[in-house]
Amino acid sequence: MSATQALAAYVDGIGVLGPGLPDWPGSAQVLTGRAPWEFAPTVLPVPQCLSGAERRRVSALVKLTLAAGLEATAAAGADAATLPTVFTSSGGDGANCHEICQVLAGDRQLSPTRFHNSVHNAAAGYWGIASGATAASNALCAHDASFGAGLLETLCQVAAERRSVLLIAYDAGYPEPLRSVRPIPEAFAVALLLSPAAGEASLARIEVSRSEAPPERMPDAQLEALRGAIPAARSLPLLAQLARGGSGRVALEYLGARCLAVEVGTCR
Amino acid sequence: MTPLALTSFTATSAIGRGLDATLASLKGQRGGLAPCTFETVALETCVGEVAGVDEVQLPGALGEFECRNNRLAWLGLTQDGFAEAVKASAARHGRERIGVFLGTSTSGILETELAYRQRDPASGALPPGFRYRGAHNTFSLAAFAQRALHLEGPAAVISSACSSSAKVFASAARALEAGLIDAAVVGGVDSLCLTTLYGFHSLQLVSRIPCRPFDAARDGISIGEAAAFALLERPGSLDADSVLLVGTGESSDAYHMSSPPPDGRGARAAMQAALASAALTPADIGYINFHGTGTPSNDEVEGHAVAGVLGSSVPGSSTKGATGHALGAAGALEAIICALAVRHELLPAGVNTAQVDPGLPVNYLRANRRAPLQRAMSNSFGFGGSNCSLILARAG
Repeated sequence: MSATQALAAYVDGIGVLGPGLPDWPGSAQVLTGRAPWEFAPTVLPVPQCLSGAERRRVSALVKLTLAAGLEATAAAGADAATLPTVFTSSGGDGANCHEICQVLAGDRQLSPTRFHNSVHNAAAGYWGIASGATAASNALCAHDASFGAGLLETLCQVAAERRSVLLIAYDAGYPEPLRSVRPIPEAFAVALLLSPAAGEASLARIEVSRSEAPPERMPDAQLEALRGAIPAARSLPLLAQLARGGSGRVALEYLGARCLAVEVGTCR
Repeated sequence: MTPLALTSFTATSAIGRGLDATLASLKGQRGGLAPCTFETVALETCVGEVAGVDEVQLPGALGEFECRNNRLAWLGLTQDGFAEAVKASAARHGRERIGVFLGTSTSGILETELAYRQRDPASGALPPGFRYRGAHNTFSLAAFAQRALHLEGPAAVISSACSSSAKVFASAARALEAGLIDAAVVGGVDSLCLTTLYGFHSLQLVSRIPCRPFDAARDGISIGEAAAFALLERPGSLDADSVLLVGTGESSDAYHMSSPPPDGRGARAAMQAALASAALTPADIGYINFHGTGTPSNDEVEGHAVAGVLGSSVPGSSTKGATGHALGAAGALEAIICALAVRHELLPAGVNTAQVDPGLPVNYLRANRRAPLQRAMSNSFGFGGSNCSLILARAG
């Protein structure tokens, strides 16, 4: 086994939702410099795929992940119900966590819905309910390296099982007082539908290996600030390369001093 | 899947520190559940608390990870020569070639719960010294283990509620299969905290007395805590005592956040996927360690699902009657109990269960059985409809 063995897959669909980044086509304009990035709070669409009661109850994170995930599957012409998923997030639902800690420091009358929504895989669970996907679903956390950890898990799954897998990396901010110790300014999600073989929808081929190279920064100062502040936005250099098209190599921040080197190539 | 060897493994729970104590409790059919005196918890319930966790001292260089969960992790890592086995593996493969995949549901949230009682009255700020990264964050457990074991490979926490530390075995197996790593530290650690004790209470899922899985009168869970670890490597030289991971299966219910579909289709799919990945038939499974939480509906759904896949005669038990439900650590704890079961050919009884529910088509063991045992299956099902089944086998 070579220490530099790479994992490869084809990118069949992309979804993005973040501040000033309304969807993948809009983000691609910004990431290629064809449009300026202007701050606008992340707009979370109301998920039409959930029933009325659930639509009212679901958290911002569920709206965020549904929007990004469904954008990626729709772009690829894939059926979300058939796909395994990998969800990865640094902090999960910070607003819900805050409410629980408040209640536990007070009268301890916890709401059962709040409790079952507190699990780190809540977004993955609601994705299943909304999409009907019964395949394996994972829920990862690796603090600031959560995007990289999710990308590796997804690529291993694609390689080991020879099937398409949907990666959804997402983060949202905490309210105070946790915000002061873990400042994540805005909600951000990225979804990549990765496949073992090139197909009609394939946009690019990616090959990932671990590397000692320093992480790539975004040339635009504001986008670089986003990249540094939101763990899921550590994906921005890869998204920029995918938006540019063609071939290139980017180093994504991962654990400690290690990066993930992503070789992006054309499909054909 | 290609079978993987558990070249070292260990478990620490309410029934004992390390394998010898755990095996002795299993042989003696002794449980570890006792009335809850944890922290300031005012609930009439029993818990499976690990004795002495708060007396555990982390090595000085690991001070940034101080919290009950990581103290329990350290207690677990230092049993049965596990840390030494990882060190030897790192010497063979290189420390960057060993992955760390650990499950937890609540990590060090207890520290945050306590900090919220000490917020600054004027500003609302958390007390000075509050450590988000080392204690609160879900990844804290894997970051701690990676640092404590001097490893530099890929690392992640899987946090899918009560299936977390079963699913780490599947993720590690894929990473080995894909050539990303040459060995993996897998396992799970979850520790008592107010979120889960009051949370399960709010769902009215907690029993007042030690839980009685599959009993006709079962009335809820008992929460436990545990640290369980295994070192997974491609099989080299095996002896009769060697234990292998031979199958993993995962599925999603796509049904409800906190209850399974009545037909148990997600549970069935996970068990069938595990059998398929191991290229085994139902008759090859000699013991099933049920998820068996002890709630009326979970055990009912699982009992029928297991009967539907494996048949109703396969001997089984839920060891949660002894350990309590260790939540994010349950999958790894019960995988290790299955490893002990196949190594020692001991089919462990479920303790506390006085009268097996006559409505459930299960062969539930109320007394230990010594019998040839080649393979055991362990079920883990979590909130969010996350299911995982593992199959462990003896090599000889």
